[in-house]
Amino acid sequence: MEVNLTLLVGCAVMSGCGVYLLLERSLTRVLVGLVVLSNGVNLAFLAASGPAGDSPFWGSAEPEDMSDPLPQALVLTAIVITLGTIAFLLALAHRSWQLHGHDDVQDDVEDAAIRKLALDDATSDSFGLSTEGQEQDDPVEDRQ
Amino acid sequence: MTSLVPLPVILPLLGTGATLMLFRFPRAQRIVSALVLTAVVVVAAVLLVSVDRDGTQVVWLGGWEGLGIALVADRLAVLMLLVSAVVTLAVLLYSIGQGITGDERETPVSIYHPTFLTLVAGVSNAFLAGDLFNLFVSFEMLLFSSYVLLTLGGTAARVRAGTIYVVVNVVSSMLFLIALATTYAAVGTLNLAQVAERLDGLPPSVALMIQLLLLVTFAIKAAVFPLSLWLPDSYPTAPAPVTAVFAGLLTKVGVYAIIRTQTLLFPDSPLSTLLMVAALLTMVIGILGAIAQSDIKRMLSFTLVSHIGYMIFGVGLATEAGTGGAVFYVAHHITIQTALFLVVGLIERRAGSTALLRLGGLARLSPLLGVLFFVPAMNLAGIPPMSGFLGKVDLFQAGVAQGSPLALVLVAGGTLTSLLTLYAVAKTWALAFWRSPQQAHDMARLLVGHGEEDRREQDEQAVPAMVEHRGHVHVGSVAFGAADLDEARQVADADAPDRDLHQLIEAGALPDRLPLLMVLPTAGLVLASLAITVVAGPLVGYTDRAAADLTDRDSYVGAVMDGVPR
Repeated sequence: MEVNLTLLVGCAVMSGCGVYLLLERSLTRVLVGLVVLSNGVNLAFLAASGPAGDSPFWGSAEPEDMSDPLPQALVLTAIVITLGTIAFLLALAHRSWQLHGHDDVQDDVEDAAIRKLALDDATSDSFGLSTEGQEQDDPVEDRQ
Repeated sequence: MTSLVPLPVILPLLGTGATLMLFRFPRAQRIVSALVLTAVVVVAAVLLVSVDRDGTQVVWLGGWEGLGIALVADRLAVLMLLVSAVVTLAVLLYSIGQGITGDERETPVSIYHPTFLTLVAGVSNAFLAGDLFNLFVSFEMLLFSSYVLLTLGGTAARVRAGTIYVVVNVVSSMLFLIALATTYAAVGTLNLAQVAERLDGLPPSVALMIQLLLLVTFAIKAAVFPLSLWLPDSYPTAPAPVTAVFAGLLTKVGVYAIIRTQTLLFPDSPLSTLLMVAALLTMVIGILGAIAQSDIKRMLSFTLVSHIGYMIFGVGLATEAGTGGAVFYVAHHITIQTALFLVVGLIERRAGSTALLRLGGLARLSPLLGVLFFVPAMNLAGIPPMSGFLGKVDLFQAGVAQGSPLALVLVAGGTLTSLLTLYAVAKTWALAFWRSPQQAHDMARLLVGHGEEDRREQDEQAVPAMVEHRGHVHVGSVAFGAADLDEARQVADADAPDRDLHQLIEAGALPDRLPLLMVLPTAGLVLASLAITVVAGPLVGYTDRAAADLTDRDSYVGAVMDGVPR
């Protein structure tokens, strides 16, 4: 099967950019990353469908000259699903902004606990049960 | 009988529409959902009997044989359908008894029932899918419902957990799409039976790439280590019935997909060693996480991850006995894990919290709750003669029979995990159910240093000695880390609004009884898990036949492609 190099390169670049953005803290950037990534994946489907041909309507062309309609149907489904997901994530980002004033993806509870343990160990030899220094452990503030 | 096959998908979807229209009438919504799920249970039971008697049933939707979407009901699929239908029905009744989330005053919801029914439709569709893309669509159906259910009401904790959950799952869906595009480019079809026929002709490296992509996708959904890290953080914040159905079903759909693709598409897999190592790590690391937890919900989430390892172990063995053991374990584990999470919901309702620091004396407060927790907890740990024990023995026998050194290591690892599970649930039992609320309260005060003066006045036996060691506080045989101190501080501070069980009892602020509609489904599931023990003989026979079907790829391919022009 002949593979269209342009589509493949486009798919690779978009997926790469998407993954880079996914690793960001802000949910909005994660969202943009997902949009770019999903479009890259859709290009992969187009590459998988082989060379473009005539429109696949009965009687309009010879079956050998038609392009494969199935991957296009799959891509359409994937686009619709991604649209829904993106809309939901947007709502989540908005809600997060309402609640916290930012849309950063927050730390895992377990990570925060482990970090707290590490911080407390670093400040004292035997872990004291003092309450000092607990307030500044908010992961969001630490990062900035 | 083939006309019954699409019903487990269609009925819940019709129910979704009906409950959406009835959003102003909560009572009608409840009746419709309960009726729909009861019907699904009946259909699944009839299918189970007929498929076991007559063999695999195939429906080509719209009559497009060989081109359209196939629904395939084989022994594995209908067993999963029946177990999931029973479990979802129990959870639905429980959530009706609870008043859905237990906190509608802050978070009014009319979308619970439609979303729940879509989730059921997605799960059923995933079990019946005879097509990789249909499997993808059903995953999206159930995931999307789960996004909504996980963030019901949009409280801060749920938005935090939901964000991580959504992003992880969307990434895994993207991986799934890439796997689909690769598969389509390689073999020109996505129908499982046709893919199975054509994969043999591919270069091994291409087949390996497709296998790896699919495995990673499903491993994220099934929470196999190291792709399990999202799970323990996202599940516990949801309402109890939602967590229960997620824990019971969603990860098992991933396991089901792994079983299906591994046996059907890649029977001579070069990756079985990888799967076994992943299984070992999942079991051991998961259970070590469970031991470290001081909240029952989080503890159970970690045991969930850990016990996924047993099923992957069975798949990784790549023998008929191993697959049969895995199938039996899936059926057992769906029931038991859901039951446990429902019990935890009851604990939260009755005692106001699930944090071990706040609980004590539950066995005295509510003996029924004690029994309901104890039976599935011991079953989870694999105490003979319960189904957890039988499932593990089944798997270990398969491991020994396969005989490779790695399989023997896994048998040892599985035994260790079983013992550590026993330790984790026994610790929960001792702390939450066995000690008195007074002891729990004193321990919390001791942890933050309030209790020293009380202690001198009291009997030394009543309050165990406290030792500090490397950042942990040991009270008796139990260690608490710095993460628990916030909890203890809230309990010990007399003015704080959060109270522990001791304070709640003193203040007489506890609900005096549990709603019957919450207790009955939970008790029903606990009884169902015991029933699995009673009918273990026939059930193992059934799972062995299912495994024989799975190992014999030709029976699946033959059933699907029967009469299809090639």
